Amino acid sequence: MKSAAKRIYIALIVLFLYAPIGTLMVLSFNASKTRAKWGGFSFKWYIALFQNEEILRALANTLLIALLSSLIATVIGTIACIAMTGMKRQAKSILMGITNIPMLNADIVTGISLMLLYISLGIRFGMGTILLSHITFNIPYVILSVMPRMKQLNPSTYEAALDLGSSPINAFFKVVFPDLLPGILSGFLMAFTMSLDDFIITHFTKGVGVDTLSTKIYTEIKKGIKPEMYALSSLIFVTVLTLLVLINLSPDKKEKK
Amino acid sequence: MAKELIQLIDISKSFDGQMVLDELNLSIHENEFVTLLGPSGCGKTTTLRILGGFASPDTGRVVFDGQDITRIPPNKRQLNTVFQKYALFTHMTIAENIAFGLKIKKKSQSYIDDKIRYALKLVNLEGYENRMPDSLSGGQQQRIAIARAIVNEPKVLLLDEPLGALDLKLRQEMQYELIRMKNELGITFVYVTHDQEEALTMSDTIVVMNQGYIQQIGSPESIYNEPENAFVADFIGDSNIIPATMIEDKLVEILGTRFACVDTGFGRNKPVDVVIRPEDVILVEPADGIIQGVVTHLIFKGVHYEMEVTANGFEWLVHSTTLFPVGKEVGIHVDPFNIQIMNKPESEDEEAVAIDI
Repeated sequence: MKSAAKRIYIALIVLFLYAPIGTLMVLSFNASKTRAKWGGFSFKWYIALFQNEEILRALANTLLIALLSSLIATVIGTIACIAMTGMKRQAKSILMGITNIPMLNADIVTGISLMLLYISLGIRFGMGTILLSHITFNIPYVILSVMPRMKQLNPSTYEAALDLGSSPINAFFKVVFPDLLPGILSGFLMAFTMSLDDFIITHFTKGVGVDTLSTKIYTEIKKGIKPEMYALSSLIFVTVLTLLVLINLSPDKKEKK
Repeated sequence: MAKELIQLIDISKSFDGQMVLDELNLSIHENEFVTLLGPSGCGKTTTLRILGGFASPDTGRVVFDGQDITRIPPNKRQLNTVFQKYALFTHMTIAENIAFGLKIKKKSQSYIDDKIRYALKLVNLEGYENRMPDSLSGGQQQRIAIARAIVNEPKVLLLDEPLGALDLKLRQEMQYELIRMKNELGITFVYVTHDQEEALTMSDTIVVMNQGYIQQIGSPESIYNEPENAFVADFIGDSNIIPATMIEDKLVEILGTRFACVDTGFGRNKPVDVVIRPEDVILVEPADGIIQGVVTHLIFKGVHYEMEVTANGFEWLVHSTTLFPVGKEVGIHVDPFNIQIMNKPESEDEEAVAIDI
């Protein structure tokens, strides 16, 4: 009895969490244009979606920005971790605090402050500003996932490599980097996901005529909800979900090897 | 004596204003097993890191084979280190670990393969080429770390408490292995440990350090039998350290009673410390002893009994294979050559003794 009650409870939680997304996904396969009735199963909104050039351009922008911003953030974040390891304790904890603040900060505050910064510096809005903003908010996520790896590192392995004749740079890439790799990878994936589904910060820092998927959906919805948007939202959801699963699997897999 | 291979000249080093090494001078000879021995924080590991090039001294010079190497980075030095926590490269196989240094030196593959086989044989781990470090026990990992260092044919092998993480039995086995390897390879070992037994078992020369100073340099026998001050006496094994007065040559007054001894040259009526090892305190019938006392504690230690005897207001530590029950009145006898006279320590050493004992 008790375990049945537990299961029902969990089922209810999952139902409430996923019912909206489930509805959305079901509707994306609905042949009828109205939400009120089921007109049969169809891929037509997906097909329409991929024939919409504006949306495809937004998709390309999104992927490009996600890829570039997470790559650059990963490099900067990893270097930051290495530098912080060499710092004194107090300086390190202050810096870790500073990197944590942007993650806790409301997106809208980050977005507006970045916008104001670009305006005051006279930077033209466009892909460049979106990219810059995404790199900015991605760096803390990379640091967050690389730092624990860094702490686990046996500092002697780097010295051992030097001792065996390695130059400092070689020692880093041959010995330290492979140990950090799981953290770097999951940091990259996390940054990629964050960039992929960001709306608010992009909204404030994009120029006129440049759109990512999330801002595109927002403009489309203002004109009235088209079923293509259901299809698009479903795709975004599935992509993010896949990435999240990957993030959670990757470090474990490495450990079990 | 073999020729001098390494000289540390006037080495000083401090971290955050705290003096770790103070004008240290030390010579290490070719083919010598030198142990730096001392409690934690005595500067022994710092000395080793300066030798390896991982720390640079604030002042002073490191001379290796006649060449000043003070400012030469670790990857350009002809010495290799075995680290305390093995520091194996966990993402590489055993063979790749051992080949690491040789590949950097651009040796041929056949040379590398030969060396791997030779090194694994030397450390008794033949056939482990394709294993991963994580699948090996602590003792095996440490042996691989040694193999990885020695394939580079260093003139000196630096070992930083390499047996610290192993259990007692394995540690003793590895001590014999290390002596064997050192003899087979014919290279100089500089070994850091805080374990006095380890130091006594393996070394040709022991350097006892405390608070950044060298307290005594000597063979294990001389360190044990003729400690130069109370710190060395107390750190190396159990001992009775008793304040005393040197009456004249070969006569010392300990706790109000005069004992014959063999030391000369300390002057007349000079305050000194005497060291008497617990196994050198002989318990006899009260009438036959130089002084008399009562047994207050008794512990069975396996090889011998450990007893405490209160005599003339001092608790004498005694090791004996003969049992004297608690409460029994006994006489204490000490042979003159077993009384080691030491000068009172200098003020700085005194401080050190107070902290570390």
